[in-house]
Amino acid sequence: MVAPHNALRKPVSSGDQAESVMRVVAEKPIAVRRSFADRFADAGFRWLITLCALSVLAIVGFFVYELIVNSQPSLKEFGWHFFVGQDWDPVSGEFGALPFIYGTLVSSFLALLIAVPLSLGVAIYVTEMAPGWVRTPISFLMELLAAIPSVIYGLWAIFVLAPILRVYVGPALAKSLGWTGFFSGPVYGIGMLAAGVILSIMIVPIIASITRDVMAAIPQTQREAVLALGATRWEMVRIAVLRNARTGIIGAIILGLGRALGETMAVTMVIGNRPDITKSLFAPAYTMASVIANEFTEATGTLYASAIVEVGLALFLVTLIVNALAQMLVWMTTRGMPSRAHGQ
Amino acid sequence: MASRALGSGSQPISWTRRLSNSALTIFAVVCSILVIVPLFAIFAYLVIKGIGSINWAFLTQAPKPVGETGGGMGNAIVGSGIILGVASLIGIPLGIGAGVYLAEYGRNWLGNAVRFTADVLNGIPSIVVGIAVWSLVVVTQRHFSALAGGVALGIMMIPTVSRATEEMLLLVPRTIREAAWGLGISQWRATLSVTLKTASAGVITGVMLAFARAAGETAPLLFTAFGNQFWSFNVNQPMAALPLQIFVYAISPYDDWHRLAWAGALVLIILIVGAVTAVRVVTSRGMMKGAT
Repeated sequence: MVAPHNALRKPVSSGDQAESVMRVVAEKPIAVRRSFADRFADAGFRWLITLCALSVLAIVGFFVYELIVNSQPSLKEFGWHFFVGQDWDPVSGEFGALPFIYGTLVSSFLALLIAVPLSLGVAIYVTEMAPGWVRTPISFLMELLAAIPSVIYGLWAIFVLAPILRVYVGPALAKSLGWTGFFSGPVYGIGMLAAGVILSIMIVPIIASITRDVMAAIPQTQREAVLALGATRWEMVRIAVLRNARTGIIGAIILGLGRALGETMAVTMVIGNRPDITKSLFAPAYTMASVIANEFTEATGTLYASAIVEVGLALFLVTLIVNALAQMLVWMTTRGMPSRAHGQ
Repeated sequence: MASRALGSGSQPISWTRRLSNSALTIFAVVCSILVIVPLFAIFAYLVIKGIGSINWAFLTQAPKPVGETGGGMGNAIVGSGIILGVASLIGIPLGIGAGVYLAEYGRNWLGNAVRFTADVLNGIPSIVVGIAVWSLVVVTQRHFSALAGGVALGIMMIPTVSRATEEMLLLVPRTIREAAWGLGISQWRATLSVTLKTASAGVITGVMLAFARAAGETAPLLFTAFGNQFWSFNVNQPMAALPLQIFVYAISPYDDWHRLAWAGALVLIILIVGAVTAVRVVTSRGMMKGAT
C-alpha cells in the first residue's frame, strides 16, 4: 500500500505544479471519465437489484390480493358469522370456523404454557451460568432443534409421543387433575394435548434463542452494579437481567406464538382433526392450518374452497399482527444490536 | 461465582435468599436438560427405526403398491432435488438481489418498506403460502406441478437469503468499497466482485440455511407439487417430494409404509443436519467469524 501511495504523491511535491494539480482535483472531483457503457451498466445493475427488492413487496401484495379475491364467495355468504359459527358441514354448505379458531388458540396457548418457562430457563443458563465450553454446544443443539422439519416432529409425535401420553402421562393427569375437567374422557394419545406438547418442543428454540440475544444485549455493568450491592445470582438475574429485558422477552414469546399459530404439519398429524369444541385436552380437535392442509385439495365447489381460503386469510392476518408486534418489542430492547435471530 | 464470594464474606446470606438462588440454578439446569432430551430422542428414534430400511432399493426405487413389500423413495428424493432446484433458481437470485439493494441503497423509505415486508413474508404460515401459490400457478396451469412447488419454496427462501446478504454486506468495511472505487471500476463491478465477494462466506451461510429450511417444508407442497407415486422428471407434472411422502406414509395405516416413512425421515434429517453443520464449520473458520 505504501509504495503506490508515494508514487502518486511524487509529481505533487514541487511548487506550482502541486497547486495546479490540487486545483484541478478540486474542480473536477471525478478525474476518470466513465464510458457510456459503464454508466449504462451501473444504472442497469441498480434497476435490477431494485426490481429484486420490489419483488418482495409484489409477492406479499399479490398474496393478500389473491387471498381476498378467492375468499369473496364465503365472505359475502357468511360475513362475520363465519367466525362465530360452530358448524362445519361441507355437505349442507354450512361453514363456521369457530372450532378451528378455538383449536388454534388453545393448542398455541398450551404450547406457550410449556415452552415459556423452559425457554427462560435455558436462556438464563446459557447467558448467566454456563461455562464457555457448554455455551457453544447448547446453542448448536438449539439450532439443530430449530432445523428439524415439521413433518419429522409429526412423525415422531405419532409413533413416540402419543403412545407415551396415552400410556403414562394421560392416566396420571386424569388421576391427579381430572377434577378440573381439562383432563377427562378417554385418552387416545392423539389430541389437543399431544398437539400442544409437540408445538412447545418446536417453539422452544425460537423463544430461547431470541431471549438469549435479548439478555446478552443487557450491559454487563448493570449486572455488576447489582452484584456489587450484595445480590445473589438469582436476585441479579431478576433485577438486572429479567427486568431490563422484559420487553424483548415478551417479543420473543409473541414471536414463538406466531410460529405456533401457523404451524401445520406436526399439528395436523397428532391433533386428531375433529371440528369439536371440547373442554378436555385429551379430546381430538382441529386447527385453522390443519383444516387447510386436509381439506383444500378435496374442496368441491366454489363456496367450500372459498371458505377454506377465508380461514387462510384469517390466519394470515392474525400472524401478521402477532409478528409485527413481536418484531417491534424485540427491536425496542436490542436496538442497535445486529441480531440474526429476528429472521429465524 | 458471585454468590460463593458473598457467602465467604463477613455477613452471611439468609437461608431464603440462599434457597431461591439454588432454586434458580436447579431450574435453569433442569430446563436445559429437558429441552435437549427431545432432540436426542428424535435423533435416536430416527436412527433406530430408519437405519434398517435404508438400502440400495430404498434410494433408487419408486414405491410399490400397498401389499407388496419393498420399494423405496428414489422418486421422492429426486423429486425433492428438482423442486429445490427450481426453488433455488427463484429464491437465491431474488434474495441476494434484494439483500444487495437493502445494504447498498436501502437507507430510505423503500428500503424500510422492503425490510418490513420481508419480515412479514418470513412470518406467513407456510400453508398460506401454499394457497397463494396454488392460485398463482396451479389455477393458471390447471393442474398440480413441480413448478408450483418450486415457486412456493423459492418464495419462502427469499427473506432468509436477503436478510443474511444484507447483514453480511453491512459488515464489509467501507474502506474496502472505497478501495474498489479508487481503482476506477464501475459500481456494479465493485459491488459484485469486491463487496459481495468479501461477504461471500456469510451469504453462502444464509443460502444454505434457507435451502435446509425449504428442504423440510411440507405444507406448501400439499397443493402445489401434490406428490406422485411414480417417477417423474417433468416440472410441469405433479412430482413426489421427500417430506410430502413422509407425511403420506406416516398417516397411512400400513406398517410397511411407516417403516419407509422413518427411513425417509432419516435421509431428510441427514441432508439437513449436514447442511447446518457445514454452515457452522464454515462460519466458525471463515473471515466473517464475528458476524454470526
